[in-house]
Amino acid sequence: MTTEAMSTKATRTEAIGTAPGFWSIARRSLVKDLRLEWRSKDAINSMLFFALLVVVIFSFGFDPTAEESRKIAGGLLWVAILFATVVALGQTWTRELRNQVLDAYRLSPAPPQALFLAKAVGNFIFVSILEVLMVPLFVVFYNLRSVGPLWQLLVVGLLATWALVVNGTFFAALSIRTRSREIMLPLILFPISIPALLAMVDATTSILTGDNSPIFWIRLLAVYDLVFTAVSLILFEVVLSAE
Amino acid sequence: MKTIFRILAVITAALLAYGFVQAIFIAPTEATMGDVQRIFYYHLPSAWVAFLLFFVNFLASSWYLIRRSPRADALALASAEVGVSFCTIVLLTGPIWARPVWGIWWTWDARLTSTLVLWLIYVSYLMLRHYATGGQIPVLAATLGIFGFVDVPIVYMAIRWFRTQHPQPVIGGGEGSGLAPAMWVAVLWNLLAFAMLALLFVWLRYLQALAEHSLEEEHAQASLEMGEAR
Repeated sequence: MTTEAMSTKATRTEAIGTAPGFWSIARRSLVKDLRLEWRSKDAINSMLFFALLVVVIFSFGFDPTAEESRKIAGGLLWVAILFATVVALGQTWTRELRNQVLDAYRLSPAPPQALFLAKAVGNFIFVSILEVLMVPLFVVFYNLRSVGPLWQLLVVGLLATWALVVNGTFFAALSIRTRSREIMLPLILFPISIPALLAMVDATTSILTGDNSPIFWIRLLAVYDLVFTAVSLILFEVVLSAE
Repeated sequence: MKTIFRILAVITAALLAYGFVQAIFIAPTEATMGDVQRIFYYHLPSAWVAFLLFFVNFLASSWYLIRRSPRADALALASAEVGVSFCTIVLLTGPIWARPVWGIWWTWDARLTSTLVLWLIYVSYLMLRHYATGGQIPVLAATLGIFGFVDVPIVYMAIRWFRTQHPQPVIGGGEGSGLAPAMWVAVLWNLLAFAMLALLFVWLRYLQALAEHSLEEEHAQASLEMGEAR
């Protein structure tokens, strides 16, 4: 259905003449978001400070030894990132509500999937930056030293970030249509994300402690990413044009 | 319609009564667990009915997105609400049974955990319906219904693996395989009774949701006409 819709759109844009293609629209939208973020630093600043607060409060809550912290750090890290991600995701679409930008998107022949991909990739970049800054902090605060191979952590990080961000971007688009949107986003995002959270936490813990193989969890994350990227791309048009 | 509903209601009441007699008086007392095992005759039928209703919700949500029919949306709402109610019964009767038999109220066992996650997903579905505004509710809810259902197999895989990796904190002995034939009779009667009860509830809620929908349409129409008259 989507390919059909996309092809009719393509013929429509060809008729106009110089209209840009799918990837070009996605890229331009992404560049616009990155530039806006670079100038305002709204998402990154609020995320970073929020995550820092969570880390500090956690370390008051638990006072672990090096061995214990290896076991709980995976959970703490991902919970902190999850909370911080929700802070950033909430701002994804509200920015587009000002000046009726979202309505303009609805009217334009640009494929909605391109817009969704641009937003999701943008969020992916923001959350990745957050992780790059957060992980050293965790290593310092919790005296972490990994037993397992570190490159596996990189794979887990990429897959897990996409898992949080793809559903988060979609549900943020759902929740801007509701009353009290800031509360709504975590309420619908967390239950669906439970298997992904379980996978990222257990994979990280397995790598840090070196006790188990994380391979099942990495596979599960990959399946989760694939399935929900597909579902989001298919259903996004419906949500964007919902009246 | 009304007479059919009443006849079905009477049959359901009779079935529930008969199922109660079967479960409490006729089914043999379980050898090791004793009478507390009889809660199983309510636990299992509720679980199956709840899972069935969540599946109905998925079908109705997909149907709504394809056809945009208010009837599909009403069915999705009704099945989710009744499904969550039955799932709540499962989550409440489970611990009541587990406390005397396992010695603990709750354990993060695979089946308990996945049922809890399922419950959370569909409660969040109802929350979205509650907080969404106006005519967008059906579309938003239908997309979330599809997300929730797609998530179920992934949840199941994740939690099974999660639990097989860690040692079981529980003394074994689930109900499962070795069910006596006399017990099966009680299970099946109660399953039938609960399925009928769920059908009645869903039907009632479905009609109510449809009535609500047409009432809103009428209000919208009336206010439009009033605007034109001026």
